[in-house]
Amino acid sequence: MKKEDRLEERNPIEDLLRMDRIPHIWCPGCGIGTVVTSFAEALRKSELDLDKIAILSGIGCTGRVAGYVKLDSMHTTHGRAVPVATGLKLANPELKVVVFSGDGDIAGIGGNHFIHAARRNMDIMIICVNNFNYAMTGGQVAATTPIGANASTAPYGSFEYPFNLPYLAEASGATYVARWTALHLRRVTKSIQEAFAKRGFSFIEVITPCVTLYARRNRLGDGLNLLKYYYEKSEIQHGADTRTLDISYQGKLIVGKFVDIEKPTFLDCMNEHLSKVLEDKYQPYGVSHD
Amino acid sequence: MKADPKGVLTGAHYLDGDFALAEGALAAGCRFFAGYPITPSTETAERFSERIPMVGGIFIQMEDELASIAALIGASWGGKKTMTVTSGPGFSLMMENIGLACMLETPLVIANVQRGGPSTGLPTLTGQQDMMQVKWGSHGDYAIIALSPDSPQECFDLTIEAFNLSEIYRVPAFVMTDECVGHMHEKVIIPAAEEIELVERKWYTGPKDKYLPFKPDKDMIPFMVKVGDGYHFHITGLTHDEKGYPVINAECQDVCVRHLVDKIKMNADKIIKFEEEETDNAEIVVISYGITSRVTTKAIRQARKAGIKVGTIRLITVWPFPEKRINELAKKIKAFVVPEINYGQMVYEVERCAKGQAPAIHVPHCGGWVHDPDDIFNAIKEAAK
Repeated sequence: MKKEDRLEERNPIEDLLRMDRIPHIWCPGCGIGTVVTSFAEALRKSELDLDKIAILSGIGCTGRVAGYVKLDSMHTTHGRAVPVATGLKLANPELKVVVFSGDGDIAGIGGNHFIHAARRNMDIMIICVNNFNYAMTGGQVAATTPIGANASTAPYGSFEYPFNLPYLAEASGATYVARWTALHLRRVTKSIQEAFAKRGFSFIEVITPCVTLYARRNRLGDGLNLLKYYYEKSEIQHGADTRTLDISYQGKLIVGKFVDIEKPTFLDCMNEHLSKVLEDKYQPYGVSHD
Repeated sequence: MKADPKGVLTGAHYLDGDFALAEGALAAGCRFFAGYPITPSTETAERFSERIPMVGGIFIQMEDELASIAALIGASWGGKKTMTVTSGPGFSLMMENIGLACMLETPLVIANVQRGGPSTGLPTLTGQQDMMQVKWGSHGDYAIIALSPDSPQECFDLTIEAFNLSEIYRVPAFVMTDECVGHMHEKVIIPAAEEIELVERKWYTGPKDKYLPFKPDKDMIPFMVKVGDGYHFHITGLTHDEKGYPVINAECQDVCVRHLVDKIKMNADKIIKFEEEETDNAEIVVISYGITSRVTTKAIRQARKAGIKVGTIRLITVWPFPEKRINELAKKIKAFVVPEINYGQMVYEVERCAKGQAPAIHVPHCGGWVHDPDDIFNAIKEAAK
């Protein structure tokens, strides 16, 4: 076949990527790229003004997402993407602010920021890629590592209770909570679309293969084996009680949309309360006065 | 440009330093404040939270100081002038993202109402013990601007100055006050809005796809845009090129770090402010800043009465440090005397700049109260011998 006869080699989400930064750093078999594809697809389907979307990441493998997506994007410090997002959203309420980061970043070092942003019902979306370990630094045990799984700093297996992230998110006040695996491409896309359409704190956890570290250390095979595990062990239970969503080592993965409620956001509450107390002296913030 | 009258409480007031910091910020156009309560700085947050609903803007009490400064960075890139206030323990927590703010060349203002340390130290009592931390506290090489007010009036004036400098140089600027000045009530004159001169960051207006967030302009300072204006730009705390893309090698690191430090170093003469008195024929020069400069006044009077030729330098800008002037003075005087409420901080800077031409005699105080002027007087006498 002559070169010019070949199909043009073009990434289908090229318009949303910083092609001058591709190839990316992620390993073959890693699921982060898949989640980025779902994100891009959701953006396309949502027909949002791309100028008004900001994407922020912390540190880690997923922390690199902000560097590859062609939107206003900030790659911040470890665990602090959520409070940076809070500042950005409050400074410029017309933005849709998305934090795209890993489990270590969001639930480990950034756990406190995460629960407080949820408590305030800050109008931001969190996409948390959960690969059960600190991958960027070499596969250390995380706040999400299932009991019994091996990690480089848990060489005899982890014995700490891991976080059940949807439960944590709901208990903290999130108005939208979903969990999928990287195999559930279309479901992830749909959840991101729903979260974009929503006002309030949205949390989407995506269980994702880490082939190079978590899977290899635990002898779980390659990317395909992990996707097979997701296929066999994931069970869609929309509306499931988030208290029941613990993940055991190689156990069942309950996925679905668990929470989707309406609740005034931080800015709604601020404007409503201050208008009531201060009456005419207060001019609602972030609301246009045409 | 002139201040927006909405934030300016024109008139003569009886305010403490903490309140004056908040009024200075509002006058400077600060419309975003994120903070965490900490003695002895909390009154600034309280004042701001009370005033901002009527001015238009955001006050948010964050979950900790890590989050407060993080929120400032987000809000600054969202186009707002932003401020937080804290004290020692909170300042330590902020160090991480002070580094990020420097790396992202983000204008923002941090006031530190210093208390005695280390650790929890003296929550309610004064100190000047974070003067080196403000310069060196975050990891890596970078430069910042720090000012030191000696009165509630200066808390107001220098907060405006800090905002201007921060915007001009795209750098975090610090107001390093202390518990004494923070809780001292004095007359504060807030001028009319049209008398307050403000400077804003240089906004980029060129073609959208040509924007480079870290390309230095002729004055070394890159242009800024706001998130949401359609530039689709990227910024990262990693070592980066002009485009904001990470480049992990020694060559890019060299350009990146030199720029962060040099933009302040090369503009130091424009930034530095100090008050100098009677140094012409002085044999001793007392260098002080903040509350200590006021305590020093009595010691100077005593010394002059005793026939000692004493000159003074009161630092208004602490960082960058007036290196050249100290070096010139060192050539012709007998000694510097440096009282400060710590066990040795800015005195090392005086020593470095004097380059062995005149000794720098430290008058330490470990915090909790101001110096006894006699201690400073005795140090002057000793130095003049």
